[in-house]
Amino acid sequence: MTAPQVVPGEAPEVEEIPDVDRPWVTIVWNDPVNLMSYVTWVFQKLFGYSREQAEKLMLDVHHKGKAVVASGARERMEYHASQLHGHGLWATVDRS
Amino acid sequence: MTMFRRSGEHCVARFAPEEVNVLRKVASEVVELLTDGFDRDDPVLARLFPDAYPDRPQDSAEYRRYTEGELKTSKIDQAGAILAGLPVTGGGEVRLDEEAAEAWLRALNDVRLALAVRLDLVDETSLESELDDAVLRDPTSARVYQLSVYAYLGYLQESLLEALTSA
Repeated sequence: MTAPQVVPGEAPEVEEIPDVDRPWVTIVWNDPVNLMSYVTWVFQKLFGYSREQAEKLMLDVHHKGKAVVASGARERMEYHASQLHGHGLWATVDRS
Repeated sequence: MTMFRRSGEHCVARFAPEEVNVLRKVASEVVELLTDGFDRDDPVLARLFPDAYPDRPQDSAEYRRYTEGELKTSKIDQAGAILAGLPVTGGGEVRLDEEAAEAWLRALNDVRLALAVRLDLVDETSLESELDDAVLRDPTSARVYQLSVYAYLGYLQESLLEALTSA
């Protein structure tokens, strides 16, 4: 399910229903502060990538300005975003 | 300048008293920023707690409602890990196990992000040329000092990451 988490006592977001089957993505944006080695390490740590995969993804972010680092259910993508924010990376969530 | 190195299961560095003072000051400043008032209009906090949905304020607010508390706690804890790892007085050895080293890496990153916002380092500008410019304008300025601290923290973070991953 990709419905947003519903806080008890709140009305469900009805307008989201037609989109529930569309996968979501977590995007990491380029940042002039974060060290390239650190970003690579964070990708390995959070997503279990090999060093090579993580480096390729980091270079994608660096050269293209942003990269999709995960896709799937919305709550999962928000979880990834919060983990990335915990490490100081600039992450957002969007529909794919 | 001090570098971390690997020693068995630990990352170890020996700091001069002035390095300890700098680290204590910047880590304390992050803790204060996160605990005193938590002014959401502060651009530093906007960078440490980015909007998850830049074009959808309501979704961003919703995301914040259930992630921000935990995120704030973990950022305070990781800055606290720096404070806890430092010698109590003067200089001395800092010895970090893997968990502490990871907390330091995240905390050093938060400090660097905060400093970069304050110093307006928004582009991929060369730190060297920023420093040269600042020194030419006024070698005794706060900006020269803060840029030097920023450069030092980047160097320290890189050395800690190397020490941690060289096992």
